[in-house]
Amino acid sequence: MKPEEALLPFLDACRRNGVEPAAIDFVALAPASMLVAQPAQWRELAYAAKTATMRWCAFWAQEAVGGFEAFSCYEWGGEYLVIRCRLARDEALPSVASIYPSADRPERHAHDLLGLHFSEQPDPRRWTRHRAWDEHEYPLRSDFAAIPAKPTPPDHEYPFVQAHGAGVVEIPVGPVHAGIIEPGHFRFQALGEIILNLEEHLGYVHKGVEKIAVGRDAAGLARLAGRVSGDSTVAHAWAACQAMERAAGIEVPARGQWLRALLAERERIANHLGDIGAICNDAAFAFAQYQLTRLKEDWVRESGAIFGHRLLMDRVVPGGTADDVTAESARRMIDSARRIGPEAAEIVRILEDSESLEDRLMRTGRLDSELAAELGVVGYVGKASGQLFDVRADAPYAPYDSLEVRVPHYRAGDVAARAKVRAEEITISLELIVKLLESLPDGPHRAEWRAPDRVCEGIGMVEGWRGEILAYVRFDDCGRIARFFPRDPSWLTWPALELCVQGNIVPDFPLCNKSINGSYSGHDL
Amino acid sequence: MADYLNLAGWLAALAQTVLFVAIAPLFANWVKRAKCTLQNRRPPPWLQPYRDLRRLFGKEVVLAHTASHVFRIAPYIVFGTAVLAASIIPFILAEIPFAAMADAIVLVGTLALGRFFLALAGLDVGTSFGGMGSSREMTFAALAEPAMLMVVFTLAMLASSTNLSTVVGFFLEQPLALRPSLLFGLLALLLVGIAETGRIPVDNPATHLELTMIHEAMILEYTGRHLALMEYASQLKLAIYAVLTVNLFLPWGISRTLDPASVGIAVLALTAKLAVLGALLALAETLVAKMRLFRVPTFLAVAFTLSLIGMLSFIMLEGH
Repeated sequence: MKPEEALLPFLDACRRNGVEPAAIDFVALAPASMLVAQPAQWRELAYAAKTATMRWCAFWAQEAVGGFEAFSCYEWGGEYLVIRCRLARDEALPSVASIYPSADRPERHAHDLLGLHFSEQPDPRRWTRHRAWDEHEYPLRSDFAAIPAKPTPPDHEYPFVQAHGAGVVEIPVGPVHAGIIEPGHFRFQALGEIILNLEEHLGYVHKGVEKIAVGRDAAGLARLAGRVSGDSTVAHAWAACQAMERAAGIEVPARGQWLRALLAERERIANHLGDIGAICNDAAFAFAQYQLTRLKEDWVRESGAIFGHRLLMDRVVPGGTADDVTAESARRMIDSARRIGPEAAEIVRILEDSESLEDRLMRTGRLDSELAAELGVVGYVGKASGQLFDVRADAPYAPYDSLEVRVPHYRAGDVAARAKVRAEEITISLELIVKLLESLPDGPHRAEWRAPDRVCEGIGMVEGWRGEILAYVRFDDCGRIARFFPRDPSWLTWPALELCVQGNIVPDFPLCNKSINGSYSGHDL
Repeated sequence: MADYLNLAGWLAALAQTVLFVAIAPLFANWVKRAKCTLQNRRPPPWLQPYRDLRRLFGKEVVLAHTASHVFRIAPYIVFGTAVLAASIIPFILAEIPFAAMADAIVLVGTLALGRFFLALAGLDVGTSFGGMGSSREMTFAALAEPAMLMVVFTLAMLASSTNLSTVVGFFLEQPLALRPSLLFGLLALLLVGIAETGRIPVDNPATHLELTMIHEAMILEYTGRHLALMEYASQLKLAIYAVLTVNLFLPWGISRTLDPASVGIAVLALTAKLAVLGALLALAETLVAKMRLFRVPTFLAVAFTLSLIGMLSFIMLEGH
């Protein structure tokens, strides 16, 4: 489908709502289309997008001369539309959180970091800001020094939603957990063991990624992007590199694209293997965890032996990949992909045969299709709830444009469905690895990086193992980064967790949480 | 009554209790080792639980500001009741003087007293996890205790006594016969034992997920020697249920005299029986996932029904 055609329903909806959008620019942020809007049109455009059943993807903002520039990104039929809008410093942007609920936290994040004001915001509470900086300080502004003066005091005054009534108990959990996971606070309101409401409070792993990206060179940004969320290091680095390469007009050689896909699929398999085991372990089915952890360990050791890093950190670099693979190691990877497939399938079959496990996973943490569509969830959370979007299949980028990517789909939306999607994705990724290696093009694996000498911007979209990752990059006129915004899929799946646990029992929360497995680091930035 | 209820008998019973308390961690570790082997993991060394206990005893006790006296004395009461319970069940010697003073109902009561203080301790500090653990523990106890008592009553009706030594003696004198009442009673006791000792599928002794815990949630706030006593008490409880199961329902081999040869045979027989029971427990824990919390009442209702059927089948089929 051509971008013009994909945007027809949207333009149609605009006209019916009486909004006359400016001409759409198909080049500036290609492959995404770009529309420059007036602040007054912001909400009407969002409403038109909603009418045209477009999926809301991301919101970010940056400082601009005399004020700010806000961006929001929508997708329909694999075509991305970025709407941007200039604002004066004291001008308020109409909030779209009442139209697209997923926009709520990104808008609050933009307010906390940049001081962008919103009008008619349904939830004006702070989000990313804890107590590391004051209410009237905005780290992403150029006049803010990003060096914390003192240790951050504990954040215990966040105004959580309250519940009253006989028998309602409040259970605070975290931010420090007993297991080795990232920090995040969960506030439950429960009636006995039944969860009435869950409220997340995140931001404990805010590292200032967006701030420290500013002023870096391309290689430095790729390294930083690889650390947005350590478990998705390949996918984030790829998305950032894709954005930078599109901005600077650099063509990555085919071999480099193939190798990037190989790395991304290896990362997907490693995480899926580990997480399916972890889901089972939360139901005290330890057998699965040990077996799958063993497979994962073999897998990451092979990554370490071939690429020099178990998690494949810093293997994706601007222009291509850091290293090439030899014919011998390609052979080895094909062999291990063919060996691990049946082994994993055997374990998954045992899991599917276990009635006691099935009883725990099925109908637990249900996210129905309507709710999933409303939230615009992506990745395995979406695929388990009837939302089949996969960047590799729907908006294919090289090398997936020359490969067929099957997308598993379920509608049950429960923990079992999410685990099944991931199990199927392991098989699909193993097949992709074999195909990629067998069709590995010859030639260089890396193009030389030439820093752009003018202000330019680009956007990258990559299917990480959690789902669609978006990255926006803007260069200044010296070839340094002026703005970097990575949108981890967790921004979309964390709100889904709050909703899918309602009505479940408190001891089933860990299963729901593990099956969604949002990244704290990728979300807190 | 056997003729050795003299000073030597008392000393032997005391020695037997000390031995019971000493080997309880070993049994818990045996289950753990069997589980590790089944899951292709390297098991912990045989003496690991003792090292853990020594480490905990050596550590400083950290108390919450909100902790009251109850929190401080609970570990001693929980551990004390577990030791008391261990002393009144036939272990290697069938007939022990303690059993004459405290019968099966006292045993159930002793365990209930320990549980009461454990639940109080869980509530005492005022954390939500402790409260959740206590609430769950008491909910399930309300269902598990009647089932346990019903098993005890079935045995008591068979042997016409609630004295555990008399019950064991009665079975040893009976010709080997498959009694439906005993079979149902055994199944009921196994289910109650799994629930009471916090094993999979009711509770997971190895979990780190606070929200899913029952037993572990109540002792989350304990440190140092308090934690050591709590851990030790739960190992004792596991051993108590295991020994009860094997000695009440399969008492063969237990010694009725202080004769060294007979005691030796009893030790060997008990070791073999416990090893098999522990391995079966490990196998069951590997094969099933933990059940949904709200299924536990159903699980315990099954235990109660089995114990009830056991008693009814005694009255209807075996009654004199």
